[in-house]
Amino acid sequence: MSKTITIDPVTRIEGHSKITIHLDDTGRVASARFHVTQFRGFEKLVEGRPFHEMPSLTARVCGICPVSHLIASAKACDALLAVRIPETAAKLRQILNLAQILQSHALSFFHLSSPDLVLGMDADPLQRNLFGVAAQSPDLARDGIWLRQYGQEIIAHLAGKRIHPAWVVPGGVSAPLTADKRDVIMAKVPEAIDRVRRTLDWYKEVFGHFDAEIRTFANFPSLFLGLVSDNGELEMYDGRLRFVDATGRIVADKIEPENFGDYIEEAVEPDSYLKSPYYKSMGYPDGIYRVGPLARLNLIDRVGTPLAEEEWAEFRMLERGASLSSFQYHYARLIEMLYCVEKIERLLDWPDILSEHVRARAEPNSMEGIGVSEAPRGTLMHHYRIDRNGLMKWANLIIATGHNSLAMNKGVYQVARYFVHGEKIDEGMLNRVEAVIRTFDPCLSCSTHAFGQMPMSIQLLSPDGQVLDQLQRGV
Amino acid sequence: MKRPFKTRIKTLKIDGIDVGAREDETILELAQENDIFIPTLCHLEGVHDVGSCRLCLVEVRGTNKLLPACMTYAEEGMEVITNSERLQAYRRQVLDLLFSERNHVCSVCVSNGHCELQWLAGKLGISHVGVPYLYPQLEVDASHRYYSYDPNRCILCTRCVRVCDEIEGAHTWDVMGRGVECLVISDLNQPWGTAESCTRCGKCVQVCPTGALFNKGRAVAEMTKRRDFLPYLQTMREGRK
Repeated sequence: MSKTITIDPVTRIEGHSKITIHLDDTGRVASARFHVTQFRGFEKLVEGRPFHEMPSLTARVCGICPVSHLIASAKACDALLAVRIPETAAKLRQILNLAQILQSHALSFFHLSSPDLVLGMDADPLQRNLFGVAAQSPDLARDGIWLRQYGQEIIAHLAGKRIHPAWVVPGGVSAPLTADKRDVIMAKVPEAIDRVRRTLDWYKEVFGHFDAEIRTFANFPSLFLGLVSDNGELEMYDGRLRFVDATGRIVADKIEPENFGDYIEEAVEPDSYLKSPYYKSMGYPDGIYRVGPLARLNLIDRVGTPLAEEEWAEFRMLERGASLSSFQYHYARLIEMLYCVEKIERLLDWPDILSEHVRARAEPNSMEGIGVSEAPRGTLMHHYRIDRNGLMKWANLIIATGHNSLAMNKGVYQVARYFVHGEKIDEGMLNRVEAVIRTFDPCLSCSTHAFGQMPMSIQLLSPDGQVLDQLQRGV
Repeated sequence: MKRPFKTRIKTLKIDGIDVGAREDETILELAQENDIFIPTLCHLEGVHDVGSCRLCLVEVRGTNKLLPACMTYAEEGMEVITNSERLQAYRRQVLDLLFSERNHVCSVCVSNGHCELQWLAGKLGISHVGVPYLYPQLEVDASHRYYSYDPNRCILCTRCVRVCDEIEGAHTWDVMGRGVECLVISDLNQPWGTAESCTRCGKCVQVCPTGALFNKGRAVAEMTKRRDFLPYLQTMREGRK
């Protein structure tokens, strides 16, 4: 008799979701699905609003990565104004975006995922949290908290506050950077670098203990998508889109962000509020691709900052082509944190960074605008249409977690097939199915533009829909 | 406002303090002179008062009715109370109703941090709204070259109507409908950009207490307003007569 296991809600991720695992008559996993169970409708509620409100409106999609939305939205608005923003403004926005990636990666790695890595996948769930990590490896926990705080502080120094700042505006930013704030940020750069490198060294020591997980955590060939600078370096703010395949070969390159629609289409799933974008010419679902830290490090030619470059070279030695196991999202996230700190330092050193010319002003000159940037979880796309008075007529947001939708589903299936057997669910198995989702660091409130809590549960169902077993996590 | 030619002095009490007032002076003016805070929204120095927002209601001994301080003149022997639990409750209720009637979302408003409604809510201790929101669907009018009108943030104080009529002399703005259906409209309820009477002076934008009227192209929290021009304009005009 076949059964379904439901994990609802999924814990230690951002947003609300559940997982169902279908077992066949012999108790083997027949299929597994990741469902996102919330709906918010931001694209609808922004209709009719003046487009100048869009950065702040869409920032409300998420309290963890408001900055990412500010950046992509402001870039879409720049396109509506059809202006080239002052270089200083672009660089200040870059610093803000890098600080956001730094703090979000710290949150994902240390606060959400390190309990699995420090205490083990099968550890007591009551201990398997940041407090457990703090008890076992206080230095690691401290590094995580410090790095996240540093990222948030940079955001506050630049933009006035940590969450939902209104500083990024169409045409640039609303206020220049001051010398004292620059110096405060700069002063902590060496310590930040030390802390990330220490964590990287630790990670490289321990990831060997997770062989089975590395082999099964969404480890399959797929395409990878991300922005790349014109000289092939890691790029979080500007640049053009690149797709590479599982061997690391470039499939499509130098795609102007505004032409993303020629390469990506979105499929609607019957059982999830999360849409599933796919690479158009390969169709659905074969056009599966991944975005985010792993994808970015798989598709660049070089990083562009010295210390991260060294780490990346080592990372690339892991596999011959692209790194295919989503477990290594963790590794990639740490390398990117190093890159973020180095790049922030470099940008702050730029001679004109304190320039007071930080905003271009214009009336709307284009009725359609697209803004693409790299968010912590991957490529973020905002696409707007306005009327001639500057009121929003239509919006489409494609969120990093959405890009990863097909891959997360496939990953859940892969992990379940390897670790789940029989009728009885054990805790370690439940945790591994969640952990594969955690490697992607999905932000479900962003991707469905949804709200809610984040926990998770698993159900085991018979073919006629009867619940055979159930495990629920603290809601 | 035309004042009687001869003024007489009245003596009265506000919050137990003995004060002297001209007979053409309102309780609100008198209170402000004596540094006593009475909340207001529709009142605007430089144009006629209409007493519509009801925030400046005060208690006067001898009458059970609450009286708007902006429309009540000083009288001999009056005893006025400007702040009591009863008044506070009514004032909070007025703000509750204002918030619930339209779509006031401070966090994404151009006037966030510079809004009189928001400031007053903080001052009067509004932490949440006690009545259900109406969520009306009102369209933003962005047809004007320089300014936008978002009725979602309008509190019907009619400052724009009065300043346009009394100071600019254009009378582009007026009020249509009744009760919660009331709406500030331009000319014959047409898009602002097509209102022929509008001189584009922007006084209405500057006096609007919320983000209902704002300069085009302002992002969230960027709309600051300056109101000091109004008393100045009026003084200059009176001086010329």
